[in-house]
Amino acid sequence: MKDKIINFLELTGFTWFVPLVKLATGESPTQQLRDLAKMVGIPLLAIVIFLGLWHVGAAKVITSLGQVPGPVQVWEQAGNLVDEHYIEREKEKKFYERQDIRNAKKLEKNPDAKIKVRPYTGRETYFDQILTSLWTVFVGFVIASLVAIPVGIISGLSNTLYSALNPLIQVFKPISPLAWLPIVTMVVSAVYVSADPMFSKAFVTSAITVTLCSLWPTLINTAVGVSSIDRDLINVGRVLRLNYLTTVFKIVIPSSIPMIFTGLRISLGIGWMVLIAAEMLAQNPGLGKFVWDEFQNGSSNSLSRIMVAVLTIGILGFLLDRVMLTMQKFFSYDKNAVIR
Amino acid sequence: MEKYLNISNVSIDFPTPNGPFRALDNVSLTIDKGEFVSIIGHSGCGKSTVMNIVGGLYQATEGGVILEGKEVNEPGPDRAIVFQNHSLFPWLSCYENVELAVKSVFKGKKSPKEMKEWIDHNIELVHMSHAKDKLPAEISGGMKQRIGIARALAMEPKVLLMDEPFGALDALTRAHLQDSLMEIQTDLNNTVIMITHDVDEAVLLSDKIIMMTNGPAATIGEVLDVKLERPRKRLDLSDDAEYNHYRSEVIHFLHERHARKVA
Repeated sequence: MKDKIINFLELTGFTWFVPLVKLATGESPTQQLRDLAKMVGIPLLAIVIFLGLWHVGAAKVITSLGQVPGPVQVWEQAGNLVDEHYIEREKEKKFYERQDIRNAKKLEKNPDAKIKVRPYTGRETYFDQILTSLWTVFVGFVIASLVAIPVGIISGLSNTLYSALNPLIQVFKPISPLAWLPIVTMVVSAVYVSADPMFSKAFVTSAITVTLCSLWPTLINTAVGVSSIDRDLINVGRVLRLNYLTTVFKIVIPSSIPMIFTGLRISLGIGWMVLIAAEMLAQNPGLGKFVWDEFQNGSSNSLSRIMVAVLTIGILGFLLDRVMLTMQKFFSYDKNAVIR
Repeated sequence: MEKYLNISNVSIDFPTPNGPFRALDNVSLTIDKGEFVSIIGHSGCGKSTVMNIVGGLYQATEGGVILEGKEVNEPGPDRAIVFQNHSLFPWLSCYENVELAVKSVFKGKKSPKEMKEWIDHNIELVHMSHAKDKLPAEISGGMKQRIGIARALAMEPKVLLMDEPFGALDALTRAHLQDSLMEIQTDLNNTVIMITHDVDEAVLLSDKIIMMTNGPAATIGEVLDVKLERPRKRLDLSDDAEYNHYRSEVIHFLHERHARKVA
C-alpha cells in the first residue's frame, strides 16, 4: 500500500509528499523530517518571500481603479467568487423547485395541460467559467493532436513529404492566436450555420484557434522523433518483413512516444495560453471572458478578481502539465528518463 | 557444383556528390551448408557491406547473391541478422522481443502453444531464461547480445548473419559469448557469416576466414581454411602450434601485406 502511494506520487511528480507518506508510516522520522524541510521548506520559503514582495510592491501603485491589490485582497475576492458560486447554485435550485411546484399544480387542475420546463438562465459562476475553459482547450487540443500525430508520423517516415510540409509548418508556426481569430471567426460564421447548433459559435471559434496554435509543436516533435529512430530497429522490421502498418504500430510509434509526448506537453501549454486570449476576443464564456468582463466592469474589486483569474490560469496550467507528464511517464518505456 | 550460398561477382557503388564511389569490387564467395565463415578486415574495408548485401539491406550494383538456388534481393527472416549494438526494442521485454520475431515469421505455421515453446527454447539456448521478463535496459550488454542471438536463431534462418556481434563487449564477456556460440553451433550446425575485426575470434570460431583488402574497391584478398578439430577449447588452443599458425597467417595479411596506410 505504502509503496503504491509512493510510486503514484513519484509518477505524478508530486515528490513533495513522499516524505510525508513515509513519516506517516513511521519510517526513520529524523531522515524524513530533513527531507521534508529540504523539499517543502525551501519552495515554501520562496513563496512566502514572493507574497511579501507582492504585498509591499502592490501598495505603492495607485491606479484609476484604486490601489493594486495585494495578496490579502486577492484572497478575499477568491472567497467572494466561491460564495457567489454557492449563492447562484442555490438560486438555480430554488428556480427549479418553484417551476416543479407550478407545473405540478397545473397538472392537478388539468391532467392534459401542456407544461413547460424552462432551463435556468442565470449567469455563469466562476467555476462554470473554469469548466468552460477546460472543455474548450481540451476539444481544441484533441483535434490538434488527432491531426498532428498522424501527419507527424507520416512526414517523419517520408523525406519527400517532410520537405513538402516543412515550409508551411515554419510559416504557420509563429502566427499569434490574435491574428488567426478574426479569420477563424469569419470562417466559422460562414460555414457553421445550423438552426439548432450543438456548440456556440464562440466556443467553436475559440477551440479552432487553440487547434491552429497547438498543432505545431506536436507535429514537429513527432516528425523529428519518427525520423530519428535507430536505423537498425527499422532494419529488424525489414528482416522480419513487417508491413507498413505493423512497422508503424510496433516499431515507429513505441520508439517515438517520448518525443510525441514532449510535443504534446508543449502543445497543451501553448493551447492553454492561447485559449485565454481567444476567449477574450471570441466572448467564449470562460476564464478569458471573465478577465475581459472584469476589466470592462472597472469596479474597485475588478483588479483583485482579475488577479484571482490570473493565478487560477497559472495553477490550472501547471496541473494540466502535470497530467501530461504523468501520462508521458506512464506510456514511455524509459521510466528512468528525467522529465522536467 | 551448386553451392548452398553463392556470392558471385558482387560490386557496389554508393552515389556521392563526386560521382559513384566503388566500395566493393568483384567479391565472389561460396559457402557450404553448415559452414561458419568469418569476414575480417580493417575498419571501413566494406566487410559490413558484404553482409548487408547478403542480408538484402543493400542492393549490389553488379553481380548477385544466390541462396539455395534463389536470388536474394530483399531482406527476409531466412537471413536473420545479429546487429552489433543488439538492436532490441527497448520497450519490449526479452521474451517479447523474441516473440515479435517468432510471431511474424511463424504466423499460421505454429500454434500459439508451439510458438511459446519455441520462444522459451531459444531463450534457454542462450541461457537467458532467468531474465526473460526483464527490459533490455535492465540487463548487461552481453545479455542483450544473447537475446539478440536468440531472436535471430528463433527465425530459423538458412544463413545467420552476424555483424561484429561481440565488438561492443569487454574481452571476458566476449569470450563467454564465443563459447556459448560454439556450443550452440555444435547443436544446430547453422550456416553463419560473421563480420569481425578480432583475429582470435575469427580463428577460434571459423571454418573459413575471408580476408578483405582495404577499400576503396575492396575485394577478397585471401581465403584461409581453418582445419582445427571441433569441439575447440580456448585453453588447449592457446598453446597449439596449428592455431598459432592460422593466427599469424591472418595477422601477417592484415598488418604486413594489407596494412592500412593511415590508421
